[in-house]
Amino acid sequence: MNASEADTGLPADVEALIGAVQYEEVGEFPVEQGYVWTSCASVENGNPLYWDADTAARLTDGPTAPPTMLSVWFRPHHWSPGRDEQPMPLQVHFDLKQRFDLPEAVMSDNTIVFHTPVRLGDRLRTRQILRSVSGPKTTKLGSGRFWVIDVEYLNQHDELVGVESYTGFGYRREVS
Amino acid sequence: MTTHLTLDAVHDGDALPELAVEVTATTIVLGALAARDWRPMHHDHDFAVNRNGTQDIFLNTPNQAAWFERYVTDWTGPTGRLGRMKFRMSGSVFPGDTMTMQGTVVGVGIDETGCGWADLTVSLAVDGVTKTDCSVRVALPTGPDDNPWARRGDQWRP
Repeated sequence: MNASEADTGLPADVEALIGAVQYEEVGEFPVEQGYVWTSCASVENGNPLYWDADTAARLTDGPTAPPTMLSVWFRPHHWSPGRDEQPMPLQVHFDLKQRFDLPEAVMSDNTIVFHTPVRLGDRLRTRQILRSVSGPKTTKLGSGRFWVIDVEYLNQHDELVGVESYTGFGYRREVS
Repeated sequence: MTTHLTLDAVHDGDALPELAVEVTATTIVLGALAARDWRPMHHDHDFAVNRNGTQDIFLNTPNQAAWFERYVTDWTGPTGRLGRMKFRMSGSVFPGDTMTMQGTVVGVGIDETGCGWADLTVSLAVDGVTKTDCSVRVALPTGPDDNPWARRGDQWRP
């Protein structure tokens, strides 16, 4: 354990990542109507904003996507030509699992703040920011660490469309 | 007829109509794919049980957010505009569960820009046991001519 780790309880390389912008990237595809309808159908959401063009024109100056679909627009395809590895959404989360050798993980808390509406055809840009990592913890799932990751979303006009904060728990199951 | 809830019709302590949903494996798989969440614990029973140690596949986080949005906007109508949503999952929702959503108004107000807001607590429970607690801040029209969706820039402070 070095001096930095003794002060914070975190390895220096992890400490250095807190507050840093990582994985700034543009979504693989534009916001599109089909996925809006798929999402609405999955929860039987009949809000006319997403099904009726006149309502959308009157209230939102044209069609938009449900606000809670924010993360949908940056989740990569499961496969695409020429790709050797399956990319992971929320890569910082998976980096931490690997860094601390924690094979399992769950998400516990999720906060979403909604800003400028997301419109059909938008191409969102995201960036991930690690906000905190806890010391070692043990829960009924196993032993590991909690971490908080922000994902900021901007549109092609550099307008902030939303911020998601995830609390994850990476863990190793206890062997009985 | 579509609801257009306005702020003057909302008061502290008001209860939102309850919503009960019979959850099937299709509910969970459809929700995961609609959220583009390909992780196997949301569609692969064997992986969920033997790798994750859960009893079955379970509802994923983004789809829970979509369920909360649908629940709230069923109540507000299309002029309700979500500002903020926070939820904590304390348990999972599995095929065969009946999930019940209940909501209560815990605050009503108008901010310095004139935007009307209702603060809600919403719970998602199975067999009376809360699986997810959610707090939602939703903007509502302050009158028949107001439209929260028209707010831009500094006029929108979620």
